[in-house]
Amino acid sequence: MSKILEKKELVPNIYELLVAAPRIARKTRPGQFVVVMADEQGERIPLTIADFDRDRGTVTLVLMVVGTSSKKIARISVGESMAAIIGPLGVASEIEKLDTVVMVAGGVGTAPVYPIARGFKEAGVRVISIQGARSKDLLFWTDRLAAVSDRHVITTDDGSAGIKGLVTEPLRELLEKDADKKIGAVYAIGPAIMMKFCCKTTEPFGVKTVASLNTIMIDGTGMCGGCRVDVGGTTRFTCVDGPEFDGHQVDWDMLLARQKIYEKEEACSLERYIETIEA
Amino acid sequence: MTAKKKRPRTPRVPMPEQTPSQRIQNFDEVPLGYTPEQAQAEAERCLQCKKPACLKGCPVNVDIPGFIGLVVEGKFAEAARRIKTTNCLPAVCGRVCPQESQCEAQCVLGKKGEPSAIGRLERFVADYERENNLIELPAKTTPTGKKVAVVGAGPAGLTVAGDLICLGYEVTVFEAFHKPGGVLAYGIPEFRMPKRIVQQEVDYLCKLGVNLELNQVVGKSISVDELFDEEGFDAVFVGVGAGLPYFMGVPGESLGGVYSASEYLTRANLMRAYDFPNYDTPIVRGKTVCVVGGGNVAMDSARTARRLGAENVYIVYRRSRQEMPARGEEIHHAEEEGIIFKLLCSPIEYLGDDRSMVRQARCQEMELGEPDASGRRRPIPKPGAEFTIDTEIVIVAIGSGANPILTRNAKGVDLNRRGYIVANDTGRTTRPGVWAGGDIVTGSATVILAMGAGKTAAADIHQYLTAENGQWLPE
Ligand SMILES: Cc1cc2nc3c(=O)[nH]c(=O)nc-3n(C[C@H](O)[C@H](O)[C@H](O)COP(=O)(O)OP(=O)(O)OC[C@H]3O[C@@H](n4cnc5c(N)ncnc54)[C@H](O)[C@@H]3O)c2cc1C
Ligand SMILES: Cc1cc2nc3c(=O)[nH]c(=O)nc-3n(C[C@H](O)[C@H](O)[C@H](O)COP(=O)(O)OP(=O)(O)OC[C@H]3O[C@@H](n4cnc5c(N)ncnc54)[C@H](O)[C@@H]3O)c2cc1C
Ligand code: SF4
Ligand code: SF4
Ligand code: FES
Repeated sequence: MSKILEKKELVPNIYELLVAAPRIARKTRPGQFVVVMADEQGERIPLTIADFDRDRGTVTLVLMVVGTSSKKIARISVGESMAAIIGPLGVASEIEKLDTVVMVAGGVGTAPVYPIARGFKEAGVRVISIQGARSKDLLFWTDRLAAVSDRHVITTDDGSAGIKGLVTEPLRELLEKDADKKIGAVYAIGPAIMMKFCCKTTEPFGVKTVASLNTIMIDGTGMCGGCRVDVGGTTRFTCVDGPEFDGHQVDWDMLLARQKIYEKEEACSLERYIETIEA
Repeated sequence: MTAKKKRPRTPRVPMPEQTPSQRIQNFDEVPLGYTPEQAQAEAERCLQCKKPACLKGCPVNVDIPGFIGLVVEGKFAEAARRIKTTNCLPAVCGRVCPQESQCEAQCVLGKKGEPSAIGRLERFVADYERENNLIELPAKTTPTGKKVAVVGAGPAGLTVAGDLICLGYEVTVFEAFHKPGGVLAYGIPEFRMPKRIVQQEVDYLCKLGVNLELNQVVGKSISVDELFDEEGFDAVFVGVGAGLPYFMGVPGESLGGVYSASEYLTRANLMRAYDFPNYDTPIVRGKTVCVVGGGNVAMDSARTARRLGAENVYIVYRRSRQEMPARGEEIHHAEEEGIIFKLLCSPIEYLGDDRSMVRQARCQEMELGEPDASGRRRPIPKPGAEFTIDTEIVIVAIGSGANPILTRNAKGVDLNRRGYIVANDTGRTTRPGVWAGGDIVTGSATVILAMGAGKTAAADIHQYLTAENGQWLPE
């Protein structure tokens, strides 16, 4: 279990990993995640299950290298294993019978968006996807996402591909043009700040907006409360009650602040890790 | 032993321990254990009563005078084996049992002086047997051909596994975390319960043939239905503990640096944040820490914070010293380590800085009113009496409840109003073939009670699976 079978760098610093995990693959539904540990000294970090193959007994993870844990995992060679993989965790996405759904993917958020978009597509829902990145060379899985979308829109901050600008622009346009209210829901998955602004964009239109929250986690099973968020004035645990919540109810500022609790320690840890691998 | 002579009443043989100033610098165990001579001297104090009162205080019926007699004779490994006939984790129980309210509370010596140091002796013989490689594997029994799944590798689950493997069952323990031991691994700190000892106890079970499947969250990775239908288990024991942290719901509880005790202790113990950055998991450190609550978990949190470098550690407790549920020894150890007790007060709000990190706890003073349902005097707020503590960390240690991750997905297993599993006195739940025991049935209790529940359930599982046509009649 947890052996890495294939690994490729999709774009600089983002890796696609194929991991042997038969029990997890068998049970995964779109929207769920795993908690992994790189090695015995490692921390437990959550990663979305970006794809799964029940027959082969594998799950696909897409990992962005941001700090020590993600760097450690990206450095594990094919054929080697992570110290632990636990899942599938979290509540699966609710694939409703809508007319149209808009899937907004920001950066590495394309990976978690993909299985949900596919789920909707398979359920006969019209899928419009908006995929955003800073620039062209950071876009990945465009073909995969396009294949499960009826319409696929790309945005880049620098205009090197698709529309120049942020994902919120085409999102607003879609909603403005949607006079007969065909869009039943918007999914926004990516950096917290992007999800926050997607929710702000959809709010005036009163369209249900689902965000997949990326809080800091440890156990992923509801035992520590470290992943707590404020949703509509009540405290919820992202790992067991989420990770998807009604984005209009989420206290985004609290989420953003809680993601930064260990900024100092993370920097120190990464600096030390880089020293050890370079030594 | 010849006729009982009047012996002079000697005080207990003290157990050497690290001095407070030493131990707050490290995470090593505080009490250092007896030497063989000290153990024998202490064992001599036991009167070898004909009708031993001490037995009444032990939930798993350890043959107390029997094993103490063997210590007197210097037969330490035999003494350990005598205990193990009814208690498979003596190195654990000798350390963390609340002896002062169990076995030792009943000892006749306690009437006029200090009771026999049963816990320390239990710890000594278990350590002696293990450290000298004298542990013997019991003879293999004939396999029954039946399979039992145990969910949760805490004291309850491990006890069930140990008992059933010896009765010839194929036993698999499913554990959600990457390390076995339950609270012994993730909750009770290293300086009270060294993790290497927990691991050795589990290794012993594995040597007996128990399969341990770590990283398996039953209810998510696999369901109880699948354990029966797909994996072919004949019985399932659920010992998942009471791991749902409670918060108070006061403003500011979401600030950075405010932890549930479970998170704080899990980071520190299981993930070894005290050894950051050698281990990758971080923990917030600061000069001042407020721990809210008055139980063992609060003491463990406070003492951990002290070792993580905090200079001022406050225990903020809403009643008085008398009502504190923590063990006397733990309160004493905490005091020795300079933990400051702020009694009769309760936090009402936390205030943060511009990075949303906690900086102050606003507290309300209390006074004691009439006794409540628990028999303890109820704290009532003193109007207008408030004060603030400057603090960088808050640890909420006000208790925990039933985690629904398994129970939500276990059809036919009834829960009570508070979410705990309903089980009869041998652990049978409302679903045939499923037993439960430990904290998930009783709510947060003790290691030895969880083990006791495991023992009873194991015996009943054996009885049920060997009976010709067993009837399932819970309660
Ligand atoms: C449900 C969920 C699904 C996720 N899915 C993916 C995914 O598919 N691909 C991906 O690349 N990332 C995903 N993430 C984010 C990923 O977990 C973090 O990037 C990772 O933990 C960073 O660890 P690090 O040590 O490399 O970086 P660090 O330097 O430790 O931290 C960088 C940032 O990551 C966040 N972080 C740190 N520790 C944790 C932790 N234990 N748990 C969660 N976040 C943490 C912090 O907000 C921090 O600011 C997901 C997060 C959640 C909650
Ligand atoms: C900080 C602290 C200090 C304590 N100090 C003492 C003390 O000094 N003396 C004493 O006697 N008692 C003490 N206790 C209480 C004692 O530890 C518990 O009563 C005892 O551990 C309960 O045992 P258990 O087997 O029922 O559950 P636990 O020890 O909680 O073990 C349950 C196990 O099940 C696992 N699990 C949970 N859900 C699942 C799932 N769905 N699938 C698979 N596995 C799962 C958990 O990860 C855990 O390993 C303390 C408790 C705490 C928190
Ligand atoms: S198991 Fe606990 S209660 Fe029983 S004799 Fe040992 S220390 Fe005392
Ligand atoms: S009651 Fe005390 S003195 Fe008597 S047998 Fe038990 S431990 Fe020994
Ligand atoms: S990660 Fe611990 S409760 Fe969610």
